Amino acid sequence: MLIDFFLHLKASRLPVSIKEFLTLLEALRQHVIEHSIDDFYLLSRTVLVKDESHFDKFDRAFGEYFRGVEALPGMEVLIPEEWLRRAVRKHLSDAERARLEKLGWEKLMETFRQRLAEQKGRHSGGSKWIGSGGSSPFGHGGTHPEGIRLGGRSENRAAVKVWERREYRNLDDSIELGTRNIKVALRRLRRFAREGAADELDLEGTIAGTARNAGWLDLKLRPERHNAVKVLLLLDIGGSMDDHVRVCEELFSACRSEFKHLEHYYFHNCVYDYLWRDNRRRHSERVATHDVLHRYGSDYKLIFVGDAAMSPYELLQPNGSIEFNNAEPGAVWLRRLADTWQHTVWLNPESEHSWQYRQSTSLIHNLLGGRMFPLTLDGLERAMRLLSK
Amino acid sequence: MRFSGSASYVTTRDLNLAVNAAITLQRPLLIKGEPGTGKTMLAEEVAAALGLPLFQWHIKSTTKAQQGLYEYDAVSRLRDSQLGEAKVADIGSYIVKGVLWQAFECETASVVLIDEIDKADIEFPNDLLRELDRMEFSVYETRQMVRARQRPVVVITSNNEKELPDAFLRRCFFHYIRFPDRETMKSIVDVHFPGLKPALLREALEVFFELREIPGLKKKPSTSELLDWLKLLLAEDIPPEVLRSKEQKAAIPPLHGALLKNEQDVHLFERLIFMARHNR
Repeated sequence: MLIDFFLHLKASRLPVSIKEFLTLLEALRQHVIEHSIDDFYLLSRTVLVKDESHFDKFDRAFGEYFRGVEALPGMEVLIPEEWLRRAVRKHLSDAERARLEKLGWEKLMETFRQRLAEQKGRHSGGSKWIGSGGSSPFGHGGTHPEGIRLGGRSENRAAVKVWERREYRNLDDSIELGTRNIKVALRRLRRFAREGAADELDLEGTIAGTARNAGWLDLKLRPERHNAVKVLLLLDIGGSMDDHVRVCEELFSACRSEFKHLEHYYFHNCVYDYLWRDNRRRHSERVATHDVLHRYGSDYKLIFVGDAAMSPYELLQPNGSIEFNNAEPGAVWLRRLADTWQHTVWLNPESEHSWQYRQSTSLIHNLLGGRMFPLTLDGLERAMRLLSK
Repeated sequence: MRFSGSASYVTTRDLNLAVNAAITLQRPLLIKGEPGTGKTMLAEEVAAALGLPLFQWHIKSTTKAQQGLYEYDAVSRLRDSQLGEAKVADIGSYIVKGVLWQAFECETASVVLIDEIDKADIEFPNDLLRELDRMEFSVYETRQMVRARQRPVVVITSNNEKELPDAFLRRCFFHYIRFPDRETMKSIVDVHFPGLKPALLREALEVFFELREIPGLKKKPSTSELLDWLKLLLAEDIPPEVLRSKEQKAAIPPLHGALLKNEQDVHLFERLIFMARHNR
């Protein structure tokens, strides 16, 4: 049965390995957990999943797999009361039972039954593992909302099954980004390079040199390490980008703290003769794109952020821009930028599936040699990996 | 050996299970989570609860894997040789034992904390694969093999600054400490401030969780910040009514410096307060 479980996880594209699976079996053999599906969920997650961004995927796969096990129809009505009563005796401590007695057995059973009925109507979870789990009906019953609180085991306060709550959804790496996720990805850009004056004592080198000199001290110095990644950020603003401005700003604020050399400019839809630094004063304070081209060295990494959604004329025709009479089409400018900075990527907040349906998007995609990535953690990773090559 | 929290450290059921699985199967346990949720504390508490000695290894960006095993103090040896000391002949007297060596040598089982492993170079975890797997390593200078007498319980923390290599992850158990919910938070506070007035606690938690909801904060206040803040509130003897006065939302909570550690965050917060006042 567990082999199927393992294969199911594998099929859900979780990076699980055989070694980890064997470890899980070993853990079961050594009785790390009691026979409870909640514990099994926690244990298998601890052993098999090594990154919180996979938690959500795991929750879903786990739910899918064990739904089959739970779905034994009519289980709840068949439980004889006498058996339940005895089971409860067995599994609750004296103190708990005393508290329970105070509430009244009848009332508890009433609530319990009601709960079961309700639960059945709403979704098929909870109650049904009473049969399938076997050993501890009330422990499992504990996943019923009120049932367990009446029973007084506050530790198990889960009403909905943990994996069905999907609390780790926002840690999944294929969905849209929050600032935290972006930071993780942008850190990939960090590259320590040794540059500048040699002012740090190279102890290893000194020792080796001194030994080679037969004991005469030979001091060796080396430049201090610092973060030497330089980034030029071009952000699309306005128009169709308004939906994505928030995401862009998060990306932007994440960048700020990450690099020493970070320059940013705005453009609208496509890059033409002018860029600007402050969107409120875009008409009064603008910079010629040619100046930008010359100002920053080729060791800068160029990142476009934009949805690349525009009319194809803006890219292909002179005077195609919607707000500016441009002598050269946008495609020429884009190619010029991409030629100047060898390390160029385009981050697109729209989902990757929709790119092919927009002419301008696939145009730019081709123009940059396929270096367009979605603005998800996964897309950023790919982009950053390309940039740091 | 079973761990189930301690008098001063509140654990959740999933954390207990992860720790116990790691102890039973003798695998390293990798802990991630928001800053200030008690990742580093965990190792100390496990050691205290199980009554084992704790060896701590705090990682910096310059830390090398080798330093956890041993270091060869070549400079002292060079100096001694210039002075003509007798012990120069024995290279063993210049080998400085690292944290892992000390733990391996320990008579009883022990707990090893490798703190903030993501701070180190990207190759760092790879360099420790065999050492953590087999719990042994060899000393090149003295041709000596060091083996663990008792496999230590290894707790590793990470702040997610760097990705850890797959080969390393496969050998670990993993647990992500979630930010505690209101109930857990209450029991955490109870443990630290047993005599706290319920009213004050309720108001303080309200303010605290509201503060965490503000979008765009650079550093959300976490458990440790809440505890500091409560300590200050107690020291200043601030009554609960002040925390939630009538012009709630329009007042800055007292001593907010303990919760917001970032100038921009304080500015953002003050702007929001200002806007709230304005809209009234």
